[in-house]
Amino acid sequence: MAEVPEFISDWFASQNWQIHPHQRDMIARAREAATLLVAPTGGGKTMAGFLPTLKELGKNPSRGLHTLYISPLKALAADIKRNLRRPVDEMGLGIRIDDRTGDTSQTERKRQRVDPPHILLTTPESLTLLLSYEDAPRIFDGVSRVVLDEIHALAESKRGDQLMLALSRLQALAPNLRRVGLSATVEDPQAIADFLAAHPAKATVLHADPGPDPDIAMLETSEPPPWSGGGGKYAIPAVLDQVRQHNTTLIFHNTRAQAELFFHNLWLANEDQLPIGIHHGSLDRGQRQKVEAAMVAGSLKAIVCTGSLDLGIDWGDVDLVIQVGAPKNVKRLIQRIGRANHRYNAPSKARLVPANRFEIVECQAALDAAAEHQLDGEARGSGPRDVLCQHILVRAASGPFDADALFDEVTTAGPYRDLTRQAFDECLDFCATGGYALKAYDRYQRLVMRDGRWQLRDPRAAAQIRMNIGTIIDTDTLKVRLKARRGPSNAGKPLGEVEEGFAASLTPGDTFLIGGQIVRYEGLNEMTVQVTPNAADKPKIATFMGTKFATSTQLSDRILRIFQQESWPDLPKHTSDWLSLQRKRSQLPEPGRLLIESFPHDGRANTVIYGFAGRNAMQTLGLLLTKRMEEQGLDPLGFVSTDYAVLIWGLRPLIDPAPLFQRDNLRDALQTWLAGNAVMKRTFRNTAIIGGLIDRMTRGARKTGRQATFSSDILYDTLRKYDPDHLMLEITREEAMKGLIDFGRIEEMIDRVQDRIDLVTLDRVTPLAAPLFLEPGRVPIKGQAEQRLLEEAAEQLLSESGLNQIEPQQRRWSVPY
Amino acid sequence: MNTHDFTFARTKLKALASGALFWPDENLLVVSDLHLGKSERIARRSGQMLPPYETIETLSRLDEDLAMTRAANVICLGDSFDDLEAGQSLPEDHVLWINRMMAGRSWVWIEGNHDPGPLEFGGSHRAEVAIGELTFRHIATPDAEAEVTGHYHPKASLSLRGRVLTRACFLYDATRLILPAYGAYTGGLRSSDSALTMLMRPDARAILTGTPLCELPMPR
Repeated sequence: MAEVPEFISDWFASQNWQIHPHQRDMIARAREAATLLVAPTGGGKTMAGFLPTLKELGKNPSRGLHTLYISPLKALAADIKRNLRRPVDEMGLGIRIDDRTGDTSQTERKRQRVDPPHILLTTPESLTLLLSYEDAPRIFDGVSRVVLDEIHALAESKRGDQLMLALSRLQALAPNLRRVGLSATVEDPQAIADFLAAHPAKATVLHADPGPDPDIAMLETSEPPPWSGGGGKYAIPAVLDQVRQHNTTLIFHNTRAQAELFFHNLWLANEDQLPIGIHHGSLDRGQRQKVEAAMVAGSLKAIVCTGSLDLGIDWGDVDLVIQVGAPKNVKRLIQRIGRANHRYNAPSKARLVPANRFEIVECQAALDAAAEHQLDGEARGSGPRDVLCQHILVRAASGPFDADALFDEVTTAGPYRDLTRQAFDECLDFCATGGYALKAYDRYQRLVMRDGRWQLRDPRAAAQIRMNIGTIIDTDTLKVRLKARRGPSNAGKPLGEVEEGFAASLTPGDTFLIGGQIVRYEGLNEMTVQVTPNAADKPKIATFMGTKFATSTQLSDRILRIFQQESWPDLPKHTSDWLSLQRKRSQLPEPGRLLIESFPHDGRANTVIYGFAGRNAMQTLGLLLTKRMEEQGLDPLGFVSTDYAVLIWGLRPLIDPAPLFQRDNLRDALQTWLAGNAVMKRTFRNTAIIGGLIDRMTRGARKTGRQATFSSDILYDTLRKYDPDHLMLEITREEAMKGLIDFGRIEEMIDRVQDRIDLVTLDRVTPLAAPLFLEPGRVPIKGQAEQRLLEEAAEQLLSESGLNQIEPQQRRWSVPY
Repeated sequence: MNTHDFTFARTKLKALASGALFWPDENLLVVSDLHLGKSERIARRSGQMLPPYETIETLSRLDEDLAMTRAANVICLGDSFDDLEAGQSLPEDHVLWINRMMAGRSWVWIEGNHDPGPLEFGGSHRAEVAIGELTFRHIATPDAEAEVTGHYHPKASLSLRGRVLTRACFLYDATRLILPAYGAYTGGLRSSDSALTMLMRPDARAILTGTPLCELPMPR
C-alpha cells in the first residue's frame, strides 16, 4: 500500500485509527474521472473524500484552487472546515481551507475570488454564483477535484440538477476535473453514478462495508394506538421511558405541526424535567443553533425534530432514534436511523411509533423492507427545464456564449443527458425573447445574438440574474416575535416563522404552538406576527408547513401483501383481530385489484376506495371521483383521504364503479379541474421564479413593493388565456403531475388494476373503513360554496358594522396586514 | 348586469365587477389605473419579459364594460399608460382598438403620476374634471369634498372560516371614493395600509370587486 503517503498513515496511527478499506480505495482510485462512494453514516466518508486531495497537495502545495467540496447544507460546510483543519494541521500540511456560503462576508468573498484557497467548501448555490462571474475561468483555473457530499439527497432535487449543470460548466473550464460523490445507502447506486459522471463517461461505484444491521422494532406501549390521527400522543409515557434509558434520543416527526404538538404534550408529561429540546425548520435560527449547541455539548436528553435533522453533522452522542408516525418511505427511515450511533460497525437503534392502527401495518411493512435491505425510491425523470433556463441565464451573466457549445456542455450533465436540441432551443428562446406566441419584445430581448454569440442585451441585467440564483423557493413566511412589554414593537424575542396564509387566518386572541410554547396572536406589525405567551392548554394547532409525505409505492405494495397473509403473528393482537374481522365482514384489499366498499352510515351513502396510491394521489382521486359522481347525479357531499383509501359520502350509493375509473375520463376530469387550481398556481410561481420569468420576492422587496408588484396568479391566468402552450405552462403541468397532484400514481393504479374492480355492498360500516370516519381533513364538495360564504359574511358584517367600528376586539373579520 | 348600487355624495353610482364605476344619470363610465404597456416598460427597464398580453386583456375588459353599460362618456382616471413611452409604443392594432372605442364617445384622459403628459390619443387631457357634485382626479387630495380618485390600487382581505379571500376593492366614505386598479397587471395595496387608513374616515366602506360584488366595512 505504497499509495497511502506516510504523513497520512502516521496521522491515522497517532489517532489509534485504522484506515478503512474504502478510504484506501479512494486513494487508489484518485485518478479516475468519477467515483461514487456509498457508505453508511459514520463510515469516515468525508475523510475518504478528502484523502486523495491531502495526498496530492502534500507538504508544500502550490497556489490555486485544488478541490471544491459541495454540501447541501451551509452548516455542514462550516463543520467540515473545522473537522478537516485538525488533521491537516496535525499532518503538518500547509493547506488553506475556506468555506463560502450565503453567510460569508463580502470582503471575504472578494478575497477568495482574488486568491482562492486550496480547498473551498461551499454549497451548490454559491458555486453557481461563482460561475456567473466573468472571472470564473481564472478562479477555477486548474481545479482538479470536486467532492459532492450527501449526493443522494442532492440527486432527488432541483438543487442537484442545478449543481450538475454547474459542474458541466466547471468541467469546460477545467477539463481535467475529477468528480467524487459521497452517498448514504441508496436503492439504486447506478442511478446516482449516472447522475454524477460527465456523460458519456461512467462513474465507478465503491461500496464501503455497510456495517451491522440496525436494531429496529416497533415501540411497545401499554396503550394501543388510536384508530386514526397522526400525533402519537398515546405513546408519550413509553417514549419518556426510552428517553430516560438512553443518552440522547432523536424523536423524528413527519411534519412540523406534529412535532410541535408532540413536544408540547411531552413536556406536559415530563415530570422528571428531562432536558428535551425541539428543532425544526420554522424555528428561529438563533433558537435552532442553541439546541444544536446543547446537543453537541450533550446537555439534552432528547430532541423532537423533523427532516431538519435528516442530514449532516454528527450531533453528540445519539444512541436512539424514535420515528413517530409511519416512516412513509424506507430509505428515509434507514437514513434517519443512521443518525443514531455514529460509531462505525456498531448497530444503530431505532423504535417506530405507529400513530394509528393502519400505521401499525405500515410500520411492519417498513420493518420487513429494512430487514430485506429493500430501499424504495421513485425514479426521477430527466432534468427539469426551468432549471436549464436558469442555467442559460447564469451562463449569459458570465459572458457571451455559443449555443452549440452550450448544448454540448449541458448534455454532459447526468440529468440532462437525454435533452433534445429542440428542447434546449425552446429554453434558449424563452431566455432570449420570452418565447411567446405573440412576438412582442423585438426591441427589448433579454439575450441578443452578436457576432454569432448570445449575450445579455443589457449587461446590467447580470446583477438581477445573480440575485435570483437557486431552485429553493421559500414559501412566504412571516417572522413570529414575542411582543416587547416596552420600547419598539419589534424588539421582542424571535420565535420562528409561520406561513403567511396561516398568519392571515389568525384573529387577535387566537392561540397556536410555536417552539413548544402556546402563544396568543396579538396582531401584525411591520410584517411580523406579534404574540404574547399564553397559559391556555388547548392551542389552535399551527398548520404551517405541513409537508406530508406520501407512502412509497414499495410500502403500499408490502401492506397489500401483508393483508394476504393467513394470519398475522408479527402484528399486535388488537391489529390482527381487526384485520380478521375485516376479512370476515367484507374482504381485504389485494394487490392487482381494486376494492371498493359501499355501505350506508349515518343516513348517507358511503363509498370507500382502497387505492393505496399515497396521500397526494388519493387526495386527487377523491377530487376527481366526486366530480364525476356529481355529474352522474350521485350527489356526493364530501370526501376524506389517507395514504391508503378515500372515503366519499353522499346521498346516493355507487352502483357501477367501472366508468369512474376509465383512464381517459379521469384524465379529462383532471385537465378541467387543474385549470383554476391553487396547486397549479403555486407550481407555476415556483417554475416562473426558477425559470427567470419573475423575480424572487425577498423579504425587503415584499415590504416595500406595495402595489407595484402583482401576484404571479395573474400571469398564470393571462398565459392560460392567451398562450396556453407556453413553455412555462408546459413545465408547470409536468411538475404538478409529479408533485402534489401525483396523477402518475393514479395512472399506475389504474394500469395495475385495469378492470379488476371489486365492489362490495354491505349494510353497515366495515372494520377497515371505520377509522376513516375519524380522519381529519374532510373536504366538502363546494360548487358555489365560496360565494355563499362571502354573502353570508358580508351580511353579518354589515349588520354589525356599527359595533365593529368602535369595538375592535369584536371584529369578526381579520386582515393579514 | 352584475353591479352594486351605492350612493356617494348624493350621487347614485354603480360599482362593476371589473372594477369600473358607472354613473347612470350621466351615462359615464370611469376606470382607473389601466397601466397599458406595462410588460413593455418592465422589459425595457429590467430585461424581464412578462407575458405581453396585459394590454389585450385590459382593453377587452373595457370593451365589454362599454358594451354592457353603453356609456357615452368615459373618464380614465390616470395611470392609463404605464409610462409615456409605453403609451407611445403601443402596437398599431392596440392603438386602432383604443381609437375605435373612443369613436362617438366623449373621452377624458386624466393625468396620472405614470403618465403626466399628453398622449397622441384624441379626447381631452386634463389634470382633473368636475361633473355635477363630483370631482375626478388621479390622487386624493387632503381636504377634498366629493372626490373620485384612483392611484392606490386598494384591495381588501377577509377571512371566511379559515380561508382568506383577497380582492381589489372600491373604498368610500362621506367625502372620498377611491377606485380599484382596472389594468390586468396591477397589484393592490391593502385597505389596512396606513396610507389608506389615514386617508379614509372611520366609517369608510369597501366594495369588493368580482362576483358577487360585496360591500362591507373597510377592513383596517
